[in-house]
Amino acid sequence: MRLFRFGKTSLIAATAIMIGGMAAAQGTLRVGMTAADIPLTTGQTDQGGEGMRFMGYTVYDSLIEWDLTSADKPSVLIPGLATEWAVDPADTTKWTFKIREGVTFHDGSPLTAEVVAWNLDKLLVETSEQYDPRQAAQGKSRIPAVATYRAIDDYTLEIVTKTPDATLPYQLAWILISSKANFEALGKDWEKVAMAPSGTGPWKLTSFVPRERAVLVPNESYWDATRIPKLDEMVLIPLPEPNARSAALLSGQVDWIEAPAPDTIPAMTGNGFVISSNAYPHNWTWHLSRVEGSPWNDIRIRKAANLAIDRESMGALLGGLMIPAKGFVPPSSQWFGTPTFDVKYDPEAAKALLAEAGYGPDNPVKVKALISPSGSGQMLPLPMNEFVQQSLAEVGIEVEFVVVEWNQMINIWRAGATDAASEGAHSINFTYFIQDPFTGLIRHLSCDLIAPNGTNWGHYCDPEMEALFTRIRSSFDPAEQDAVMRETHEKFVNDALFLMVTHDVAPRALSPKVKGFVQAQNWYQNFSSITME
Amino acid sequence: MLSYLIRRILYVLPVAFGVSVICFMLVQIAPGDPLTAIMPVDATAEEQAAMRAAYGLDKPLPVQYAIWIGNIVQGDMGKSIATGRPVAGEVLMAVQNSLLLAVSASVIAFPIGLFLGFLAGYFRDTLFDKAVTAIAIAGVSVPNYWLGIVLVIIFSVTLGWLPSMGAGPGGSQEWLWDWAHMRHLILPAVTLAVVPIGIVARTVRALVGDIFSMDFVQALYAKGMTHFDVLRHVMRNAAATALSVMGLQLGYLLGGSILIETVFNWPGSGFLLSNAIFQRDLPLLQGTILVLALFFVFANLIVDVLQAAIDPRIKRT
Repeated sequence: MRLFRFGKTSLIAATAIMIGGMAAAQGTLRVGMTAADIPLTTGQTDQGGEGMRFMGYTVYDSLIEWDLTSADKPSVLIPGLATEWAVDPADTTKWTFKIREGVTFHDGSPLTAEVVAWNLDKLLVETSEQYDPRQAAQGKSRIPAVATYRAIDDYTLEIVTKTPDATLPYQLAWILISSKANFEALGKDWEKVAMAPSGTGPWKLTSFVPRERAVLVPNESYWDATRIPKLDEMVLIPLPEPNARSAALLSGQVDWIEAPAPDTIPAMTGNGFVISSNAYPHNWTWHLSRVEGSPWNDIRIRKAANLAIDRESMGALLGGLMIPAKGFVPPSSQWFGTPTFDVKYDPEAAKALLAEAGYGPDNPVKVKALISPSGSGQMLPLPMNEFVQQSLAEVGIEVEFVVVEWNQMINIWRAGATDAASEGAHSINFTYFIQDPFTGLIRHLSCDLIAPNGTNWGHYCDPEMEALFTRIRSSFDPAEQDAVMRETHEKFVNDALFLMVTHDVAPRALSPKVKGFVQAQNWYQNFSSITME
Repeated sequence: MLSYLIRRILYVLPVAFGVSVICFMLVQIAPGDPLTAIMPVDATAEEQAAMRAAYGLDKPLPVQYAIWIGNIVQGDMGKSIATGRPVAGEVLMAVQNSLLLAVSASVIAFPIGLFLGFLAGYFRDTLFDKAVTAIAIAGVSVPNYWLGIVLVIIFSVTLGWLPSMGAGPGGSQEWLWDWAHMRHLILPAVTLAVVPIGIVARTVRALVGDIFSMDFVQALYAKGMTHFDVLRHVMRNAAATALSVMGLQLGYLLGGSILIETVFNWPGSGFLLSNAIFQRDLPLLQGTILVLALFFVFANLIVDVLQAAIDPRIKRT
C-alpha cells in the first residue's frame, strides 16, 4: 500500500472532483454486498449464495446452470457448458455429458472435457497438483454422488455415480469450471490465480482488493450472445453493516445494495430508489426435534403451532418483504404440489387441536427453542422469533428461548438435537437454502443424514419419507422427478414436519438509474441485461 | 537515561510474552468453529474432521500455541482460515489504514483537547470552564458509533457533501493525499476524535487547575516573573501527564475503533478484527490482537521514555 503519498495536482483534482460530485462513469454498476470480503475468486466460491451470485455465475460457468431469465416462473436447470446429458438406461450410474464446443476461457484457452475432468480433480483428488483445499472445502460436499469421471474425447465427459442418483444435474450446477491453462501459466499457484482468475463466464475480473472491491468487465466473446453484459463495468464492494450499506446507496456511493434493512425502506422508496424482490427458494422455519420426549412428536401439536401464527401481521415487521409460508417451499415453487393441510392463521382450530392432545390454558405445552440474534440470511430473527413466541403463547404453547450466537448456532445445527450443545432444545430456528432436491428436501429429513452424519438436526426418520427420497433419486425423467418432489413436499406439509413461518423475498434496493434487471426466482441472478441510465 | 531505556525495553519482553499467551487463549475460549467460515454449512462430519486436521486445529492447545509462537518469532503469522491469505499482509495493510485514521483523529483531537482543557483550567469555575466540562463529558459519553451514523445522515445522505464509506474512490491501496481521498477520511476521523477531545480536555483542565493552586506558582509571581513565563512553567509541569494520556489515547484510537470502522466501512484493523471475530478466523484474530496489543505496549514505552526526557522530577531508579 502506498500511504502518505501526496498528489502533485491535489488542489486541481480536488476542485474537479468537487464539481463532478460522486458521479460514476456511464455504464458502471456499483454493488454493495452483504459479504465482509470479496468471495473466493479461483472458481468454487465461498460466502454462500452471495458468493456464487457475484463471483460464481459472473466469472464462471458450470456444466448445467439455472435459468435466470424470468421473474414470473420458478427457475429450472438449463444447459451451460454441457449442451446435453443423458444417463445410460442399462446402467443408471453412468452419465454422459456433451461439452459445448467453441467455448474459450478468458485467457483464450479452449474448454474441453479433459479440462472439466481436471476441475473435478481440483476438488476431489488430494494427490492431484491442482487440488485446492479452499475450493474443495466449498465444492466437494456439493457432489456427493460422483464416484469417477473421464474425458472420452475432447467434447464428451463420462461421470459414474456411487449409486443411481437422478439429482446429479442439480449437484453439478454447483461446480464452476476454472482454466487449466491459466493455472499452469501462473506457476500452478492458486494464490496467484486468485489475483488473475480465468473462467468462461460473461464477466472478467480485472482488479481485486481484498475486503474492499472487485472490478468486473464484460467478456465480449462470451459463448451466449444474449448474456454478454451491456454495462461497461460492475464493481463489487463488501458492505456487511446494514446501515453503512443503506447510507452508501442513499448518498450515491453505490447503485445497488443487497438486503436493505426493512426500517430504511420507506426512506429509500421516498427518495426514488427501487426495491426489487421476488419469491425464491429460501424459507424461515423452526426445524423440530423428533427425539424421544419432544412435544413436537405429536402431529396435533405441530399442526396447532402452524395454525397459531398470524403470518400476515408478521409481514409488517419486515416492511412487507416476505411471503407467508404455506409449506416448506414457496407456493410458487414447481415442487409445492397440493397439500391437504392448509397452513394458515386459525387460532381456534389450533386451540382445539391442543385440547384434543390434552393441553389447555392451564396446562400449556412447554417447549425450548434455539434461536440466534443474527445470522446470514436469518432476516430479523429476534423480533420474528418473539412474534412466534407470542403467537404460540396465545394458543397454549409456552416457548423458552435458548439464545446462541450465529456461528455457534451452525455448530449446534450440525451436532443435532441430542448433542449436549443443543441444551435439550426442541427446535432450532434456521433459514434454509432450498433450491434443489437435496438441499430443498432430502438433507433435512433423510435417515442417513441424522446429525452429526448430516444435517437432519431433529433425528426424524420415517420409512415412507425414505421411500420418497429413494424415488427422487431414481427418477431420471425430470417431469417424473418433479412429480415425486411434489408428492414429498405434500408429506412435509400434511405431516406439519416443520414450523413453517415465512419465505424471504431477497430484497435489494436499486438506484433509479439501474435499468433492465429481472429478478429471477433463484439465489443467483443475471447481471448481463442491466444498463445504467 | 540509557540504562533506564534498556531496562524499560527489557520489561517489554515478558509483557509481550504474556500478551501473546492471552491473545492465543482468549480466542480459544469463545464458542464457535473457524471451519464454519470456509465450509458449506452442510459439510459432513468427515469432511469437517479432514479440514480440522489440515489446519492443525485437532492438535492440543499447547502444541498449537508452540507452533504459532514459533512461527511468529520467525515473522510468519500464518494464513487466514477464511481467506487463505497471509495474516501478516492482511494485518499490515489494515494497521496502516487504521494508523492513517488514528493519526488524523489525533491531529484533530489533541490540539482541541489541549486548548480547551488549558483554558478551562486557567479560567476555573467560570462559565467557560463549565461549558468546556459539559463538552468534555458529552464527548466521552456520546456513543461514537451513534454519532457516526448521525454525521453520515447529515453530511452524506442529506447534504451529499462527504462520502459515507470506504477509503477512497479506488480503495485504500490507491490512497493519495488529494481531496478525492481525504474527503473519505473526514467523517470517520471527526467521529473518532470526539472521545479523546473529551478525555484530553478533562485531564488538562484538572492538571492546570491543580498546578495553578500550588505554592510554587505564587513563588514564581513573587519572584517577579511575567504572567507568560508563569504559564510556560505551568504548561511544562502539565506536559508529562498530558503526554502520557495522549499516548494512551493514540493506542486506543488505533485499536479501539471497531465500531467506527464498521459504520464507515473503513478497511482498518478494527474492521478486520470484527470480521475475524464473526468468522472465528483464529489466525487472523490472534495476529490482529497481537499486533494491536504490541503497538499499545510500544506506545506506552515511547511515552514513558518521552516523559522521562521532559520531566526531570521523574526519578528513574
